[in-house]
Formats: sequence, C-alpha cells, structure tokens
Amino acid sequence: MHFRGWIESRSVDLLEYQGKQFFARFGLPTSSGMVADRCSEAVAIAERLGFPVVVKAQVHIGGRGKAGGIRLARDAKEVAAATTAILGMDIRGHKVTSVLVEEAAEIAAEYYASFTLDRSARRYLGILSARGGVDIEAVAESDPDAIAKIWVDPVEGLGEPGVRDWVGAAGLDEGATEELVEVLLKLYTAFVEGDADLVEINPLILTAEGRVQVLDAKVTLDGNSLFRHADYEEYDATQPRDDRERAAHACGLQYVGLDGTVGVIANGAGLAMSTVDVVAQAGGSAANFLDIGGGADVDTMAGALEVINNDPAVRAIFINIFGGIVKGEVVAQGILDALDRVEMRSPIVLRLDGTNAAEGRAMIEPRLSNMLMLADSMPTGAARAVELAGTAS
Amino acid sequence: MSIWVDQHSRVVYQGLTGRQGRFYGLRNRDYGTNVVAGTNPTKAGTDVDGIPVFASVANAVAATGADVSCLFIPAPYVKDAVVEAAEGGARLVVVITEGVPAKDEAWLCNKLLRDHPDVRVIGPNCPGIISPGKANIGITAGHIARPGGPVGIVSRSGTLTYQALYELKLNGIGVTTCVGIGGDPVPGTSFTDCLAAFEDDPETQAVMMIGEIGGSAEEEAAAFIARRMSKPVVAYVAGITAPPGKKMGHAGAIVSGGKGTAAAKIEALRAAGVRVGANPTEAGRLMVEVVQDL
Repeated sequence: MHFRGWIESRSVDLLEYQGKQFFARFGLPTSSGMVADRCSEAVAIAERLGFPVVVKAQVHIGGRGKAGGIRLARDAKEVAAATTAILGMDIRGHKVTSVLVEEAAEIAAEYYASFTLDRSARRYLGILSARGGVDIEAVAESDPDAIAKIWVDPVEGLGEPGVRDWVGAAGLDEGATEELVEVLLKLYTAFVEGDADLVEINPLILTAEGRVQVLDAKVTLDGNSLFRHADYEEYDATQPRDDRERAAHACGLQYVGLDGTVGVIANGAGLAMSTVDVVAQAGGSAANFLDIGGGADVDTMAGALEVINNDPAVRAIFINIFGGIVKGEVVAQGILDALDRVEMRSPIVLRLDGTNAAEGRAMIEPRLSNMLMLADSMPTGAARAVELAGTAS
Repeated sequence: MSIWVDQHSRVVYQGLTGRQGRFYGLRNRDYGTNVVAGTNPTKAGTDVDGIPVFASVANAVAATGADVSCLFIPAPYVKDAVVEAAEGGARLVVVITEGVPAKDEAWLCNKLLRDHPDVRVIGPNCPGIISPGKANIGITAGHIARPGGPVGIVSRSGTLTYQALYELKLNGIGVTTCVGIGGDPVPGTSFTDCLAAFEDDPETQAVMMIGEIGGSAEEEAAAFIARRMSKPVVAYVAGITAPPGKKMGHAGAIVSGGKGTAAAKIEALRAAGVRVGANPTEAGRLMVEVVQDL
C-alpha cells in the first residue's frame, strides 16, 4: 500500500518557533516572542515585547549559539544589528531566513528534558538532567549519573507519581518540583498526543522568580501521523531541502541529494540504498538516492528522470529495478514513454530483473543506443554507469 | 518444515474486499495458500471470488478455523484491526500496510505483549511471509522463491527481500521460509525472533539476513547469534555509503551520532561469526559457499 507525497519522508523537523507553538498548544510555558524575516519586523516585535530581547536564528541544526546565531539585544538599534547579522548567515550549511525575537529570560538554572522512542526497549524513553543548556550527549558520556531516565509503557502511560520520582532522581530544585511535574506531564502529553518522534527542551529553565520555562524547543513529528493532524502540513514548507529535493518532493518522490555523479533510480528504499552502495563499490559515487516505489509507472518514472536530468552534477544514470509484483513489460514501457517525454543529457544503464524481466528487456532492445544500455546484474550495471560517468565530458 | 506458516495455515484477509486486499488475496490463493476468509463489517455474507466474507475476525475464525490474519487495511485503522485479529483468535497477524504512526506501533506491541503474548505480529510495512511451495502471505512474487530449503531469510527491506530470494534462486538454493519484518521503528517481529525460530527449525540449515542502517536491531541480532545460533548466518547491510544524518526512505533507516551505521552493524555481525557481503550479489555468493559446506 503506497501513500504518495511528503508523508513518506516521515520525520518532520520543526524550527524552534514552531516547536514552541506546538508546546504552547499543550499548555507548556514558553517565552513570549514572534518570528520575523525582515529587520523592521524584528524591531517592531521587540518594541512590542519590551527590552531586552534575544534574537535567535531559525535553522534545522544545533550549534546556533557558537555560530553567533543567538544574540542579546538591549534596544532597537541592537535588535536591528543582530537581525542584520543573523539573517543570511550560513550555519553549518543551513542558510538563515528567519529569526525568533523573544523576551530575554533571567536564568537561575538550566535543565534538560526530552521524550523519544527507545526502539530496542519498545518503550518511550524520558531523559531529565539538572545539567541542561549544554550538549546532553557529552554529559551522558562524562557523567552518566547526571542523567535520569524513565521508560514508559505506551499502554500504561505516565502518571504523576512516576514523574515525581523522576524529578527527584534528576536532582532538580526541590522548590520547583510541583511546577516541574506539571510541565513534564504536559511534555509527555505533547509527545504522545502530538505524535512526535522527539520532544526536547534544552534548556528548560528556572527563572530568577522560580518559574519553569521552555527556553528552546526541538520537535520532530511523525510524518505518518498526518491523517490525524491535518494542520502539520503547514510545516512542510519549512523543511530543509535543496533545489533537487524540492523538485523531487513536488513529484511525490522519495529523494535524497548526494554529492556524486551517478544518478540512481531504484524501486524500494532498501534496493535504492543498496544501489548507492554498489555504485560506490564500483569506484563511483551516487548523485542521489531515489526510490520510485513499487509501481514504477510512467508518470513516476518520467518525474524521476526529469529530476535527475536537471541535476548538473549527473554524468550517467543507473536505473535498478527488481520487479516483484510489477511486471517487466510495465517497467520497460514506463521507461520508454518517459524517454519520449524527457530529453536526456546523460546515458542510462538499466538493470531489470524479476517478474517478466525477459519480456521487458525485449521491449528495450530495439531502443538500445549509446544513451540507453542494458546490464545483466546490479554490480555490472553499477560498474558500467560509473565508467560512463567517468568518461563523460 | 518451515517457520510460522505452511500448507496447513488458514488465512483470513482483513480488507479482502478492498482493491489491494482482493488483488493480493487472490494472488496468494493462486499460489496455493489456504485463503479461507475475508472480513468487512459492512459486507458480511458476501464473497470475493468464492472466499466468504465475515463481519469480524472472530466470526471468520469460528466459521473457518482461520489461524493467520493478513491485513490490507489503511494505516489509520491498523491499530484496531490488529487488536481485533488477536482478540478474534488469530495466532499470527501479518501487517502489510505502510505509513502506520510509530505511536500506534509502540502501543500495539506492548498491548499484545500484555494481553496476547502468544500472538505474533509481522510488520507493519513489510512484504509478508512466504514458505515457498507451501504458503505465501503478503505481496511477495511467489515465483522468485525456490522451495525446499535449506536457507531461511529474514529481511528489513521489501525489494531487498526479493533481491535475496532471487540471488539464492539464481544459485539454485531453496528457501524454507522468508520473513520480511519491515523497516519501521517498532516491528512486531525482530531479527532475533526470526533467528531463534530458524535455529529451532530442523529443515533450515543456514540463514540469510538483510539489514539496513538505523536502529540497533542488527547489533541485537549479532549478540543473539553469538550466544545462541549454531547455524551459519550470511548477512548484508544496506546503506554502507549513506551519509550520516540523511534519512533514506525507511522510517528506521536513520543514521545519527555514529550509532546505527552500517559499519558498526557489520563489525558487530562479523564479530559474531557472520559472513557479511558487500552487496546482495556477494551475499548470495557467500551463501553458496556456506551451503556447499553444510
């Protein structure tokens, strides 16, 4: 059963401001703030909030602070300067196109809190630590006792007594226990009812007044849960994708851009991944991972060829199809029809095995040329495509 | 012998009256599978090409003695449908559907462990299970599998399952049972479950295991192999060249922070005595050597 569209790319990463909006829906205490993509807008927001404010780059990657993507601003001039500096910044390959302008908080303590799925335990895993605001993996490594873990049975759920013990085990400020228990229960609800793969607050702070507040938010949503969260579609537009990925995504293709010169098309994620491997083993490197799914119909094939054809780095294309239920003739017809629609820049090597492969190959044979070749196995096809990519000018 | 399904399995298809359910249900019957019933709460009393349709799995089990259920049910309804199958008396539930939310999978897994520990779920998001020549339950093209053993296959990926069956067939090697466990975060059946069953199956003499990047299922399998398996295992792990942090299609296939990489998995498997091929074709060749030495 195949569901086409962005739903297939499964995880949906939220930007900080989106994560905070998500948390706010479940009643978690977040700072006041708004997102801006222009300097004047950022200043207007800051003036509404009152100074000082923090201007934060909105990107799908950590390490913003170190890169200079988070700045404190005490007046309008500083907001303008900070926003100008941050917008357009490149943080580890992610271009900043918006900032979050937020009330600055007075921090008394920084904690860490998260929920995710522990796949091997088949349970939810909550992690809590009094040492927030830093790289939690480093803390877990250097000082495992500073991390309090809790495993939750999805059927039993998480109750207040369990959370209370957990807060105690993490050694958080005792005076804030009641509020922390409430916040963590809400975080758990957001994780479960919001169908998140990950909810992470780092830091979860205690303000100078002793209130608990969400200072940063990292949320990854489960793309498979879209049928019960139609509103998640709004996050699609802000997913980090390069131009190739955007085009492929628009055709409903499972595509990941890579750095090589051999364009790869395969049916099934595992086979596509394996094809990328075999190309590397043949001494080349793949320009992409592209899974056209089980059907391999003409529209999908034409879309896939078009996306790859538009990638200037591609020098040769390896189509690797194993027909299970889909018949060889159908695959062959799809390729031939797609070639009538798309004028290819690079030669194609086709490996076609499985159901009615002989019939499919027979249909390809009259069209064989130096732009369309057949290979009799996955390794030989990869080797041929790599060779062609190497000799192409 | 084979594991979990054979010519005596009696299968009910939840969603038999839908397009996919009908297509694969009839295909599975053509293969020789005992397709005894279908379910649809609004179409009880009708039939699909002679296969009786019941309102529920419980009714189908009572009337036909079905012991296996295969689901062609849209993702939003999978959770309830699996519980219905378990409560209705199916001992094996094969879930083909992809796109099931991880929360539903995690809930289902624990619900069944608690209330129906004797019921096995295969999938979701898997091609199903085939004991060549005996029963084919799911979407595998039956003709690419050579019956007779001595190899059992377990795979996390759909098309690589077919590729593995095909590589063995090309080399004249038969298969006892091939289980596609699916690539989702919380599969009902793990590599380890399959390895244990193959170890206990007298006809299976070697196992082919197809893994992929992400998670720790392959590492857990390696630990099990080192501890318990007496039969030789050949493996392939897809995603050797996948860049860290890139998601490549499968929900489970995420490489992050040095964990779940193909290199780590291959190392763990090799340390457990598993022969690991660099690609499916090489894994097929390694299996030829293993079978010759049996």
